Amino acid sequence: MNLITALARLLIFPGLLFAVPAAWFFLWVERKAVARMQGRIGPPFMQPFFDFIKLLGKSTPPRTGIGGLLMRAWPFIAVSAAAGAVGLLPVLPASGGFQGDLILLLALLELPSMCIIAAGFSSGSIFGEIGSAREAVLSVSYNIVFLLAIVSIAASQHTFSLAALAHQSASPLRWLGVIAILVCLPAKLHLNPFSLPNAEQEIYSGPMTEYAGPELAMWELSHGLEWVAATGLVATLAAPVFTLWWVAALVFVALCFAIVLLLSAVAAATARLQIDTTVRFYWQCTMIFAVLAVASALFMRLRA
Amino acid sequence: MNLWNKLMCYSRRHSPWLFHMNGGSCNGCDIELIASLTPRYDAEQLGVRLEGSPRHADILCITGPITNNAVNAIKTVYDQVCGPKAVIAIGSCPATTNVFIESRTLAGPLSKHIPVDVFVPGCPPRPDAIILGVAKAAEILAERAGKKLPIAPVVMPLVGPGCGGACACGNSAEAKTEEKPQEVAQ
Repeated sequence: MNLITALARLLIFPGLLFAVPAAWFFLWVERKAVARMQGRIGPPFMQPFFDFIKLLGKSTPPRTGIGGLLMRAWPFIAVSAAAGAVGLLPVLPASGGFQGDLILLLALLELPSMCIIAAGFSSGSIFGEIGSAREAVLSVSYNIVFLLAIVSIAASQHTFSLAALAHQSASPLRWLGVIAILVCLPAKLHLNPFSLPNAEQEIYSGPMTEYAGPELAMWELSHGLEWVAATGLVATLAAPVFTLWWVAALVFVALCFAIVLLLSAVAAATARLQIDTTVRFYWQCTMIFAVLAVASALFMRLRA
Repeated sequence: MNLWNKLMCYSRRHSPWLFHMNGGSCNGCDIELIASLTPRYDAEQLGVRLEGSPRHADILCITGPITNNAVNAIKTVYDQVCGPKAVIAIGSCPATTNVFIESRTLAGPLSKHIPVDVFVPGCPPRPDAIILGVAKAAEILAERAGKKLPIAPVVMPLVGPGCGGACACGNSAEAKTEEKPQEVAQ
């Protein structure tokens, strides 16, 4: 029974069967929201699905040797990691089975960006290498804040277990952590003020420059799944506790949708920052609040 | 044709990704291509995306009369685009080399070097004409993938005021009122 529940979570909800259409839906919402904010009509509803199918039917340039093999492998690793991260989200009350914790979720969320860095360097394209270097610098910047936010949440609630966190009511410190995570999400999802790694037209397509066809389709899918996992993490932490499972699932989806809209609005309203400004933003402005959050969480814990 | 092929053709028609390349253009056609993506014309409704890398693109948009310097770059980029692919020649320059005809710095017209599928005439063509050309190219793309037949190049009709009068085509705003849509097989 436990195995069946775990498989259902990984494969149906919030796993693959829910996550893949949700990934396409979120990609569409992002493009549509940006278009509406620019006074355009924007792409039709099924657009990311059509893009995906079309990319599956395109040919790929010949790749040889270990480098070529690695280049083919990166997008698939990224997709599996992102899908695994979505499957870990405790939306439904788990009755036993495998339960991951925040640390595993963070590792799986970080894996796609590692894959992007590796993909850019193994592609051998100068633009890919610039994009990868930028992604690496960006990842070092926002991850400190991201991890500190997670640590402060876990310290204030005395647990790293996702299911336990989802079923506790939120404390003020947790809200501080959620806001810190929200500040990191645009950088994690390569959205506009921090869209440095894939800076379109500036360094071609960054790490994705040499990718084509089905491999590019996998990158698009992994990007969509990252959207679902990252917004799902925030929704899990911010959602109030419900006893009815279908209310919990509905609130989860609605919260994810609201976060996607918020991030798209920010992306449409801002221009791309330079890499040094971005690093300064995370290391100087945001870090102070993250450190304060962790310090107060630990202090409160000592006092209790 | 089974269901998967039908879906693939439909997707190809609804998701043309462009790569824009300047073959020595005066920048007139280039800004019109960008204008077709801006709020007034909004080509994204057709699923059009301007891509940064030729590897991602389905349709290569080439402007300009193809200078000697640009020829090799254009051939390289054409080879970098992964199949199935289509090529649009935007403006009168890549089709005929326009007023620069017989210049010793030119290697044009474009069809001497790579196969062109759609010609969008005009100097510069209006954004609506470019969008029409992209839609036609996406159709050709879907057909080509389905049947694997060579498809003759299509010359799009002039749209709107069309030619600004700078080129030698004789289609200045007054002269072109009787212009009819035509498909020319070369």
